Parts: sequence; structure tokens; C-alpha cells
Amino acid sequence: MALKNFKLFRGNSSENTMQDYSVKVDEGMVVLDAIHRIQADQAGDLAVRWNCKAGKCGSCSVEINGKPKLACMTRMNEYDDDETISVRPLKTFPVIKDLVTDVSWNYEQNKKIAPFKPDSSKKDENGNYIMMQEDIDRVQEFRKCIECYLCQNVCHVLRDHEHKEKFIGPRFMIRLASLEMHPLDKADRISDIKNEHGSGMCNITRCCTDVCPEDIQITDNGIIPLKERVVDRYYDPILWVFRKLFKKK
Amino acid sequence: MDIADIKVVEHDVIVLGAGGAGLRAAIECSMNGLSTGLVCKSLLGKAHTVMAEGGVAASLGNADSRDHWKIHFRDTMRGGKFLNNWRMAELHAKHAPERVRELEEWGAVFDRTKTGLINQRNFGGHRYPRLAHVGDRTGLEIIRTLQDHGIHQGIDVYMECTGLDLLKDEDRISGMVAMWRDSGKFIIFHCKAIILATGGGGKAWKITSNSWEYTGDGYGMAYEAGAELMDMEFTQFHPTGMVWPPSIRGALVTEAVRGEGGILINSEKNQFMYDNIPDRFSAETADTKEEAARWLSGDKDARRPPELLTRDVVARAIRKEVKAGRGSPHGGAFLDIANHRSPEYIKRKLPSMYHQFKVLAELDITKDPMEVGPTLHYFMGGVRVDADSQMTNVPGLFACGECAAGVHGANRLGGNSLSDLLVCGKLAGSGAVNYIQAISGQPKLNDDQAKKVVRSATNILNRDSGENPYLIHENLQELMQNNVGIVRTNELLLEGIKGILDLWDNFNNVKADGASQFNPGWHQAISLRNLLVTSEAVARAAIMREESRGAHSRIDFESESDEWLQYNIILKKSSSGTMSTEKRLRDKPDPELERIAKLSIEELEAEVIHDKSQD
Repeated sequence: MALKNFKLFRGNSSENTMQDYSVKVDEGMVVLDAIHRIQADQAGDLAVRWNCKAGKCGSCSVEINGKPKLACMTRMNEYDDDETISVRPLKTFPVIKDLVTDVSWNYEQNKKIAPFKPDSSKKDENGNYIMMQEDIDRVQEFRKCIECYLCQNVCHVLRDHEHKEKFIGPRFMIRLASLEMHPLDKADRISDIKNEHGSGMCNITRCCTDVCPEDIQITDNGIIPLKERVVDRYYDPILWVFRKLFKKK
Repeated sequence: MDIADIKVVEHDVIVLGAGGAGLRAAIECSMNGLSTGLVCKSLLGKAHTVMAEGGVAASLGNADSRDHWKIHFRDTMRGGKFLNNWRMAELHAKHAPERVRELEEWGAVFDRTKTGLINQRNFGGHRYPRLAHVGDRTGLEIIRTLQDHGIHQGIDVYMECTGLDLLKDEDRISGMVAMWRDSGKFIIFHCKAIILATGGGGKAWKITSNSWEYTGDGYGMAYEAGAELMDMEFTQFHPTGMVWPPSIRGALVTEAVRGEGGILINSEKNQFMYDNIPDRFSAETADTKEEAARWLSGDKDARRPPELLTRDVVARAIRKEVKAGRGSPHGGAFLDIANHRSPEYIKRKLPSMYHQFKVLAELDITKDPMEVGPTLHYFMGGVRVDADSQMTNVPGLFACGECAAGVHGANRLGGNSLSDLLVCGKLAGSGAVNYIQAISGQPKLNDDQAKKVVRSATNILNRDSGENPYLIHENLQELMQNNVGIVRTNELLLEGIKGILDLWDNFNNVKADGASQFNPGWHQAISLRNLLVTSEAVARAAIMREESRGAHSRIDFESESDEWLQYNIILKKSSSGTMSTEKRLRDKPDPELERIAKLSIEELEAEVIHDKSQD
């Protein structure tokens, strides 16, 4: 049983410090286990968010030695024995306390997205919707998202430029993609994607894709195709002339 | 604290818990015009439903057209060892297909059959491939669908807000006191009805697949408000939890591994499930590996492999192997899919299992067998409710999902939980709508009641010194694991109850350090009341039921008893404040339902073919 050194962010956004802890680590432990052990033995009021402890719920997102990760899926043996592990809350969202941030902004964004609207004409004679597996594979990739918000946390537009009012962020770009590419959906969100949700703000640095614990190809399979749909609608020169001539919008 | 300083919010109905059952109930209430508040301990979309893996059971008949609600009903009753509430099991089987189709209407994207219908997979105890699924992340699909649909229904969501206790005006519900986890501030909900959808209480055990949220809040709050708990002794130990590494011990390994062809072997390479087929299931279970292999490759005349027997049977069989010294190195059994399916197939059908073992156990399940053992997973018992309305014996108080008792009897089939929460969530919602339409006047809030609730919460912080909440919890988990575990005896249970009563004393002097802002020690201490009510109820019911049935195994009463089949065990708070236990005669089953459940499978299949030809 080895002792490991930790530095944990304690406090809130105005008053805080990186506090030192030393904790016994057993074989197979993950960072969240070590944090829980500190909580039980040394700091009963240490705040950390978690639920499933198996990478399925996306609650325990933090920054470990500078890297955005799920604490429940980060094994202690990824770090050298003498390495101090520092854990901080997500930088992009306001700290509530210790490792817990206020992520309510994300829930507000989700609500802005026009809901799923099924096309009932796609039912067969028995009232069943017919969709082929090959037609839903790409949508199912996006629907793997566990809403850990690590992608939102690393997105430059939100993290460094703080343009939360201009861009909905990668998580919701792939939610939009999952709706736009849903074989049964008949709502049209292209105008919203350009104007309300700010698809143009993304400059495809793929940082979001790099941190996704579900390995969703956020940029290549989600954001870029949406950007293309926007371009087709608004910037296609032939269509532009066509619309001018026939005054169609 | 002055009660006048606490914010009071008005709603028609409050739904406590935002897993599948709570979300479905809230959608139903809101769709019917009720002002609806949805209160949840975690962030929206993180509730336990998100961890459900294998699928949702419904007799859609897409993968095998012979399926029918009657067969789903029969499977559920047999799996529950006939202790299920007959009417609830009927409603569940009848309504499940409609509830699944409704999810598709709201945007869910299930895996498909070759003809483009919702695909269905095999699971333990289900006669046909019946579980609609999305790989092994079906729960995520369901909770996200309900969440994304629900946010556009005008429901007010109170996230990271813990329900503390219910308020009553005379006999009926008038509200609830809750606490914001982030600020530690209190909030009072003034309402006409409350729907409890708080899940189970698995966190009372050491080895469990349940998260921190599963502290039996609904049981504790309902019990304190005078509601009856029923059949609490039936706690399901899922046969396949991870056993290594220690820190992840108990995490769920989906039954879908066996549904997709995984087999169980002991350290002597024996497929030991063939030696553990109960008489009740022998006519429907393969007795040779050759027949099991034929079934797996799709032969409809072959019988299903014994790995797909019900969870109570498989859990006890694994425990027996380990006890006999034939376990795996870390005290489980081996679950092997690598030798039965291709790596591509495994990664496509069981992606989160592949990922979970790869990261947390450094094991590649496409190459090596997993080590698995029983883990406390689910409560079949819970708050006693009426089958059609889901209302408890307290007017205005409803319960649904895992929090309520009835659908599953003595043992739940895999996949029947997701269908239960959809079906009963909707029923509870319409139950509340009907109740509110029928009552006259607005139930009044009682300040003294609210004050008492607030005071017992703040006392935990204000005490100068006292017991450590984490330690009390750890001791409780140790006690329940050892004394109220997968096999029980009178002696173990007596000792268990004594231990729980001692922990009640410790709880009465529990102290949390720090301030009220996002303080997990305080939250833990508050949840102990509910964990202790839950644990005491399980232990007291377990000692009373002198038989072994489904998930309840007594070494000193090894077989099922016809006498006990006629009774439920009811627990409630007596006027003196202690927990009373009552052996209550069950209602007689509807003769038609009894007839269906007791037909042989051949007779019922013939009847269903006849029914379908009449349609």
C-alpha cells in the first residue's frame, strides 16, 4: 500500500487554495477512490460530484494534472509513484465549492434546441417506425454522449474567449447533429444552427474530440457536417443567384 | 432558523426523483395540465437509470413473433415466484410495448432488426428475445430521451435538491421540505400530491451496483409519513458484479453478456450452471451444451442455456462454487464471452463492458474471461401502492419504479425494471392527476412540522461533537453485507437487527463538520436516517419470512412454503415510534390471470397463436 500525494482545489471562486493531502492507495484504485478516501478520513466536507463510478453518467469531470478527465475512469497507476496529483474543478464553469462547478448553463443551452419532431408518415401498416441500422449508426454515435461537459470545458470559444452567449458548444452541436441526422425527424434547425447556436464560432481545433471519454468524433462526424449544411443553405453561389432571381428565402 | 425565512414554492404535484420513473411521471402530470415540480438529488440525466445496460422488456414480438403480453406476464410471475401483485404484473406486461413505442415517438433510437424494426435480445427468465436495447447503454438512451422530451413540457426542475421529509394536513399530503445541496438552504414545496420515484436502498450494503444516491429516501420518507412498506426482504443480488479490483467491486456486469452467449465456468473449467437447474425451470432449460449452442445460433426448437436462468438462481450458484473452493482468484466465477463471440461482435453489442473492463480492470473481454460475483442490485419490495393508481395508503402520496413494491414479487427479471419505470411512472402520473381533480380545497402547510424537519437537519451541523457519518455508514454496510446478505439465518438476522438498533443510537448523535455549503459529510449524515429505516425494514421482514423464495434465501428454511405464498409482509411506523411488522393475507388473484400464469408453456403458446389468428 503506497502513500500518494495530492493537491486538491479547496474553496470557492473568490477564496481558494491548493491543499496538500497524503493518502493510502491500493491496487486498482482510480483518482475518484482516492478523493473519497480523503473525504472519509481527512476532509468530510470536501465537495466532489459523482454517481455511477463506471464512466456512464459523466458527473465526476475534473482537471487532473491539467488534463480534463473523468475521475472515476482515471487509474492511479497512470501516474508515477512520486508524482503529486493535482485536481482542480472544470475551468470553464463557475466554482460552487472545491471540485464542484455550476454547469447549469449547459442545461439552458439544451432547452434552446428545437425538439425532436417525428414524421409519422414513416410508419408501416402496423404502426411501427422503420429505420435501418445503417441509417442510424451515425446518430447512435452521438447519442452515446454522457454529458460530462469535458468538451464544453476545453472548447476555446467557451474556455478562453468566454463567448458563452455566441456558441452553444460541442456537446450541443452533436446533440443538434443527432437530431438533424435522425431519419425520422422533420424539424429544420439549420437557420438556428447558424444564427442562434453559432456554428461559425468553431474553428475545428478538435480539442473537444480529444477529451471525449466516449470517443465520439465530435468534430469530424458532428460539427463539420453541420457546418456544411449551413454552407449549402446560405453560401451556395448557384442557390444564391437562384434565390435572388426568384426571391425565395 | 425562522421558518418564515424559508422560500415556499407552490405546485400541484412534486415528483421526487428524476430517473426513468420520475421523469415519466412528471411528463404525464405536466401533459395533463398540472403545475409540476421535479426534484432530484443529482444533476438531471445522472440518475440511476443512466446505468441500466441490457434493455427494456416488452412483448413487441419483433425478434420472435410468437411473443405476447400473456407470455411476458407468465415469465414475470414465475420469475417473481408468484408473489407479485397479479394486477401490477398484468398492467406491466400489457402496457410495456406501448411505452417503448412512445419513446421512439420522442426520439429514442433503439438498435434495429434486419427489417428496420426495434431489435430485441435474450435475457434471463424471458421466453423470447424481448429486450429492446441500444448496445449495452439502454438506460442512457431512455433517460436522455425522457429528459430531452421532458424539458419542453413545462416541468420545473429542481436539480441537486434533496427531499428531507413530507408534510401532511391531517391525513393527506400537503408538501415537502427539501434542501439545496449547493447552498445548504432549505425550500418548502406546497403541493397537493407527491410522487416518490427515489429508487432503492442498495447503499446499505458494502458490495452493491448502486451509487451514492441509493439511500432509500423514498422508503424513509414514506415510512415517516405513515405509509406502509411491503416485501422489503426481497433484495436482489445480481449474479454478475465485478469482483476485482477491490475499489470497483460490485459494479454491474450486464446480463446482456449472458444474453449474447457468455457462459459461466468455475476454476475447474466446469460449466456449473448445468448442475443448478431448479425443477420449476427444467422443462424450459437446455440440459446439454450442444442444445444450448443450438439455441444460441437461433434454433427455435432448442431450449435456452442455464446461464439465462433467473438472477436469484444464478447468484446462489456462483456463491456455492466460491464456497466450495472452486471460485476464481478474487472470489467470483469466470464469465467467458471471448470464446463464443468475435471481438467485433463483442465490441458492437457490449461496448461499455469492453471499455469498463479495459480501463478499470486492465482486462480485454474479447480475449479473457471476466471475474464476476453477486452484488446487491435492486429492491423488489418497497412502498405499498394500489396497482392502478400507484397511490399509497396516505392520500396524495404515490410511488413508482423501484421505490414501489408489487410488480416483481420475490425476484425481478432483467429488463423488467426499465419497463416497470415507464409503465408505472405513467400510471403514477395519471393517478396523481385523478387524485388532484377529485380532492376539494388546498391542503394546508403546517409550520411546526416543517420546523421540526429543518431542525433535525441543522442539528447535525450544530452539535459540538458526535459520531462520524462516514463511519456509521461503513459500519452499516459491513453489518448488512454479513448479516442480511445473500443467504440468511435467524441467528444472523437477530444479530443484524441488534446492530442496526445500535447504529440508530449512533445516528442520533451524528455530527458533520464544516459549513452548510455543498457538504457531503452533512448530506451523508442526513441520508443515514433513510438508510437505517430501509435496513431495519429489510432485516425485520427477512426474519419474519420463514421460507426461501426468490431473492430471499434462508438456510434454516430452505424451501418455498405454500403457507407463506399467501402473505405479504407489511412494515410501518407504530404509534409508539417503533417499526411494526405484520403478516398480511394477500388478495385472491383474478382467476383468468392465475390460469394464464399456471399454464404450461406449450399450452400458452398454443393459446397465443389462437389469439393472434383471431386478431
